[in-house]
Amino acid sequence: MTRYLTSPGLRYVVRRVLLSIPVVLGVVVVTFLLLRLIPGDPARTLLGLHAPPAAVAALRHQLGLDEPIWRQFWHYFDGLAHGNFGTSIYYQAPVASVIAPGLPLTGSLVLVATFFTIVITVPLAALAAMRHDRASDHAVRLFSLMGLGLPSFWFGIILIVLFSLDLHWFPVGGYGTSFWAHLHSLLLPGLCAAIGIVPVLIRSLRVGMLEVLSADYVATARAKGLRPSRVTFVHVARNALIPTVNLLGINIAYLIGGTVVIERVFALNGLGSAMLTAIDNRDFPVVQGVTLVYALGVIVVILITDLVTARLDPRIRLR
Amino acid sequence: MSAAVTPAVGLAEPEHEVTRRPSVRSRALHSPIFMAGTILTATIVALALLAPVIGRYSPVSQDLLHTLAGPSGAHWLGTDEIGRDIWSRLLYAGRTDLQVGLLAVLFPFTFGVFIGTVCGYFGGRIDTIVMRIVDVVLAFPFYVLIIALVFVVGVGTHGIYIAFGLTDWVIYARTTRSGTMVARNLDWVAAAEGGGLSRTRVLWRHILPNTITQAIVYSMSDIVLVILAVVTLGYLGLGIQPPAPDWGSMISDGQNFIQTNQWLAAIPGMAVVLTGVGLSLLGDGLADILRPE
Repeated sequence: MTRYLTSPGLRYVVRRVLLSIPVVLGVVVVTFLLLRLIPGDPARTLLGLHAPPAAVAALRHQLGLDEPIWRQFWHYFDGLAHGNFGTSIYYQAPVASVIAPGLPLTGSLVLVATFFTIVITVPLAALAAMRHDRASDHAVRLFSLMGLGLPSFWFGIILIVLFSLDLHWFPVGGYGTSFWAHLHSLLLPGLCAAIGIVPVLIRSLRVGMLEVLSADYVATARAKGLRPSRVTFVHVARNALIPTVNLLGINIAYLIGGTVVIERVFALNGLGSAMLTAIDNRDFPVVQGVTLVYALGVIVVILITDLVTARLDPRIRLR
Repeated sequence: MSAAVTPAVGLAEPEHEVTRRPSVRSRALHSPIFMAGTILTATIVALALLAPVIGRYSPVSQDLLHTLAGPSGAHWLGTDEIGRDIWSRLLYAGRTDLQVGLLAVLFPFTFGVFIGTVCGYFGGRIDTIVMRIVDVVLAFPFYVLIIALVFVVGVGTHGIYIAFGLTDWVIYARTTRSGTMVARNLDWVAAAEGGGLSRTRVLWRHILPNTITQAIVYSMSDIVLVILAVVTLGYLGLGIQPPAPDWGSMISDGQNFIQTNQWLAAIPGMAVVLTGVGLSLLGDGLADILRPE
């Protein structure tokens, strides 16, 4: 055991996992405080002005509002520790049972979107960096510039009109029943979610690659007379991969958040739809639960990308 | 480079001693990116401000005899499903969205720069606490947190300001903090402190003017992000409330007629894209001309 802990790699993993614990606690506190931000009496606000007093009193009790705040927090925290996310006001069922069915869909959507993000970003950024200040560089920069202000839901509507209504290549919405149908129906939404972060990523990665290309070890490799393709793949690509994974980690939260509206556009019943439906129903505990699940998801994904970067870059894990 | 002749030549030709860097104004005028961004953004802002003059119709007045009309002399961009003039709605929507985007960034900018400067210069316990809060806010997917906040504090402009006020300062705080930490260790800051200037004076008169450029440059992309979020909230029905026009709700209304009247959803979307291009060019241009040598 002690021998393993002295390995710098494992020590990094342990330290990194421990560092995310305060963030998890902070996220729990923030979602707890959401209820407190509701103006006036939250139970009254959620049920509307015409709700009978008995119903308001019952909801106040269900939300724990008749207790001191530290006790409310303890109940919330204790419940979460036991996998209890609260009770849906609208369905009168555990929040976990309302949001769990959407998880696989949203997870798959994020995976497909990440795939598209990498497949679009890396070649375009590499092309722009290698052909610095030439026509293809300018084309890539113009493309990413146009994308910065592109509303992803609007782009989704365009994709539906073009590929679903006109060409009939994809379903207009829904998720299908088999694995291939799932994948098929997630291609357009995935592309759409990817486009939300691709422009920012291309711009940053292009700069990162330009830095790598002007590094001394690349000049050395060239001066040694190595073949250009070897320099590109062995010296440049490996070092440019690190900023790519790193940038992906920083922007993944934005990508995941973007899927909420994309699920609405493509009529997908994932976590995002669960959240928007709960908002329509004024079902606070479900909104709170979904928000928490999203944040926990982001924390796990960022943890994974950090560990992957450390694996790729010995400078980080040996620090 | 012979040392013997240098003094004489130096005195004879003083104008060759210093090559002055061109002024900010001259750099601005010679930056095509900055000029393109300024012209595009200024045009969009002018169109939005002039909405009451050039809109020709009220954005909410209905004309049920001329619904879903195509572009014509009377209605330059046609009318929507209840006969409202699309050109007028487009301009008024721009007015609302640009205004909300700009105002929503003001507080986060000011507060974030302030707290980032304080944390970066003084460090210590406040710094640790603030940076943990920043980490927690950034753990939430941006849209999820904004949607949840708008839901709890109430939909509409009011909710948007509160939601962005609570979350958007973190990026400003983080970048200003790291800029301040770098500046704190520079020679001229040490010189100013050594010369007996008070810490507050050094902080606000010597460090802040140098760190704020980064925040200004970022604020351009931030306004784009906020406008995108406002439009997205409008599309979801959680943003600017009807009948006030907003690009997002215009797209959402137009989506119902996507197979027959595609321009209804297409036009407001293009307005958002153009605004994004203008502000992003402006940000890139600012980054170029304000970059310290």
